[in-house]
Amino acid sequence: MLNRVAIVGVGTTGFRATSADVSFRELTYEAAVKAYADARVEPKEIDGFVATSEDFLEGYSIADEYSNDQLGAVHKPVSTVAGDFMQALAQGCMMIQAGFSRIVAVQALSKASNMLTQSDLVHFALDPVYNRPLDVHADFIAGLEMNRYMYETGTTREACAQVVVKNRRNALTNPLAGHGAIVTVEDVLKAEVVSYPLTELDIAPTSDGAVVLVLASEDAAQALSDLPLWIRGIGWSSDTPTLESRDWGAAVYCQMAADMAYKQAGIRSPRSEIDFAEINDEYSYKELQHLEALRLFGPGEAGFLTESGATEITGEFPVNASGGSLGSGRLFEATGAQKILEVALQLRGEKGTNQIEDVHVGLAQTWRGVPTTTGAVAVLSNE
Amino acid sequence: MGRRRVAIVGAGMTKFVRRALETPKELAYEASKMALESCELSLADIDCVTIGTAPDAFDGVHMNGEFLIDGSGAYRKPVMRNYVGGGTGVYAPIHGWFHVASGMFDTCLVVAEEKMSSCQPHPAGAFLTIFDHTTEQPLYPTLIWIFAMEMHRYMHTYGLTKKDIAPVAVKNKKNALDHPAAQIAEEITVEDVLNSEVLAHPVHRLDISPTSDGAVAVVLAAEHVARRITDKPVWIDGVGYALDTAYWCTRDLCYPEYLEVAARQAYEMAGIREPHKEIQIAEPYDPFTYKELHHMEGLMLCGKGEAPRLLADGVTQRDGNLPVCPSGGLLGVGNPIAAAGLMKVAEIFLQLRGEAGKRQVPGRPTTGVAQAWGDLMQVGTVMVMRR
Amino acid sequence: MEITTDLLNKTVTRLSSKDLSKGQVFTVDWEPNLAYAWDDGVAIGRYLKELKRGLIMAKRCRQCNRIMLPPRMFCERCWRITDEWVPVEDTGTVNTFAISHVDWAAGRIPKGQRFFTPAVIEIDGASQGMGILHLIDEAKPEKIFIGMRVKAVWRPEAERVGAITDIKYFRPIG
Repeated sequence: MLNRVAIVGVGTTGFRATSADVSFRELTYEAAVKAYADARVEPKEIDGFVATSEDFLEGYSIADEYSNDQLGAVHKPVSTVAGDFMQALAQGCMMIQAGFSRIVAVQALSKASNMLTQSDLVHFALDPVYNRPLDVHADFIAGLEMNRYMYETGTTREACAQVVVKNRRNALTNPLAGHGAIVTVEDVLKAEVVSYPLTELDIAPTSDGAVVLVLASEDAAQALSDLPLWIRGIGWSSDTPTLESRDWGAAVYCQMAADMAYKQAGIRSPRSEIDFAEINDEYSYKELQHLEALRLFGPGEAGFLTESGATEITGEFPVNASGGSLGSGRLFEATGAQKILEVALQLRGEKGTNQIEDVHVGLAQTWRGVPTTTGAVAVLSNE
Repeated sequence: MGRRRVAIVGAGMTKFVRRALETPKELAYEASKMALESCELSLADIDCVTIGTAPDAFDGVHMNGEFLIDGSGAYRKPVMRNYVGGGTGVYAPIHGWFHVASGMFDTCLVVAEEKMSSCQPHPAGAFLTIFDHTTEQPLYPTLIWIFAMEMHRYMHTYGLTKKDIAPVAVKNKKNALDHPAAQIAEEITVEDVLNSEVLAHPVHRLDISPTSDGAVAVVLAAEHVARRITDKPVWIDGVGYALDTAYWCTRDLCYPEYLEVAARQAYEMAGIREPHKEIQIAEPYDPFTYKELHHMEGLMLCGKGEAPRLLADGVTQRDGNLPVCPSGGLLGVGNPIAAAGLMKVAEIFLQLRGEAGKRQVPGRPTTGVAQAWGDLMQVGTVMVMRR
Repeated sequence: MEITTDLLNKTVTRLSSKDLSKGQVFTVDWEPNLAYAWDDGVAIGRYLKELKRGLIMAKRCRQCNRIMLPPRMFCERCWRITDEWVPVEDTGTVNTFAISHVDWAAGRIPKGQRFFTPAVIEIDGASQGMGILHLIDEAKPEKIFIGMRVKAVWRPEAERVGAITDIKYFRPIG
């Protein structure tokens, strides 16, 4: 049995298309100040900090240099995970379970609006010998996968489009989400094709924003918070990075991460033991594919269940009540931060109009986007 | 459960060269394979992987950690990339230590890789982008500037001359002659160093470690597993790391305070009260000659400004009282940024097991420290190991 | 297991620069098209605006009483928002410097051209030790010393754009 770790504080700037009035430092500072105030800690009491960034997203090298001032972490153990926030969160948990830290702050931010050449940026992640020379926008990878997923499961484009309809509508009543909109299935299907079968509306727009969470060991959590949110399980996994040797239909990285998280949480039948989920939907079909990989729905079921309303806020299993990535905006490394944040706020009963009734166990899932097959899953509970 | 004891049970590396034919994935593979073979484990025995690789600008791939996954044995495993600039080489095993000490995993493969030669026309150019994009980059700074400025401040503060510092290069390049992975091992003299081309006063060409391609890997295991794998586990008894402010112009560069903070963490965990007496062998980070001295002081292996005297007295030679960089360090073996620090960890590992071949220091040291450094003169990463 | 020369020789194939330039090995070249427009934010936004006006602007934290350069909206030590803006002098003291014979891409500076002399300059009016990175000129490199007093040489007002390069360099005074 691993020691229990809880989230005792959250802070965010919210997520919107631009953040022109503040620098990356100021954006993170805002989230950090809120998180520390929420956790009732001062940075000097925090003995571990994990930031997330990728050099080329920030636009400078060795981006971890610029991580710590705005977290109040000078002369502290600070490191950066070049990965998703949820991987950094896993590291934070391990630091506490290893007895190295008692309280850890985990941070992520997106300044997507500052990246002027986003297509070239994602392109630069492709294999330089085998894939880049094809000179196709990296969304083609998602198009290939969507095609295969639909073929293997019988999921329709309409079902995928319904994900967009639901999530962007949910975002309208989420003050943190910057891309709320009323769209119809027809709008999605008729929008400009980006990489068939994906249209522009199937793909999440990007957002800026920062998130900081404060984690604590069990005894520290009891002292700091009236409602600690326990991380019952956290898993992460990577499938192959190469396009040529991957499984295109199923999200194996998600299955493996889920298995790891469920095992730690002692969850045997996820659908009945988990109340809701916030998962990666940066391409519409991914919400469905991930739901099946998470074993929350059976293979091929997520599509028609979504169309029947099962995943609405008032449905039997609410998915992305926050609006997801489609409604909040794609956040690159901070994607997992938005998921964990929204699960945490639901479990604390702070979601207002979007509050799901009577929730105790929530699941957050993330994926690092094309061209990766890396993802993470976490199960949180408020008891 | 609480903290579990973790040991390093195996190590592997590639040769360090200026320019390798092998791709980043292949370099990572060679090092990982050797590390697994050294302790007779297979990939199935590895529960998780942590990858250390420094600026993506060198390898020329965005999200380089993802790219390296298959070459690092991380296919369908929990894997994460850790990153603290040049400090990554010693931070990567600390990161791995969290995985195992926490109880979440029993074994961890730690892989550090760098292929700097991909960066054209010269990898040094990539360092322009480490500076603040608004307040510093417009001045077109380069890494050598800040090293030269730090070296200058160190010399000025303690009244040192270049002659006091150059012997580090002589010692390490000579030590490296016995390291099979070495890129630029050679016998040189202090005059050679002082006569070599000035790149940025007070730094000469022979004061600097080269750019390199290379990879290193180590295998970590929880105690109960380690004892089944080997009869010579090397325990990770202390870890520490600390990052100073990014505003590097507001610190006195003569002393690496952040390193002292990190060292104190590691020593406290390891129960070390008098490092200058209890540490028997050290591998501080030596990308430039003066850094070995700077770091010896930050590691509290001697007083401030005293490291040059230990050097001059021969204390830090392989057969001295406190061998420092018996491997040959970065100056002699090479500097593939993230992998270099892990090479130092591997060196202490081999030395403590008596497997360092011609580099083996006399006596049978029980306690060693490896340290790396990076960012804008900002981060210290420290690991104390014991047998 | 001892790591031997034989073992290591099998791990890499060494190439020379000629192998690349003479096309002896297959290579793939790629020039990334990466452009960014970093939001300056409140603190640096004001800093640059004042540089355009020929002023160096710092910010004070009343708790630790530091007057900080570059200015920032929060004090990273006291963990609170900073207080008033404080204009500082454009003179200072050299904390450390280098004489560089290479440019940013490691190219040797051509004969006859002046070497770069970057320095950390502690600005008068800011807290002690509060330095900025800049260049020194109008001084023979070998005449520069730690502790030297310097003053900013500004671009003409019409040429200033709101950048650190609105100061061309610092020159010795006194």
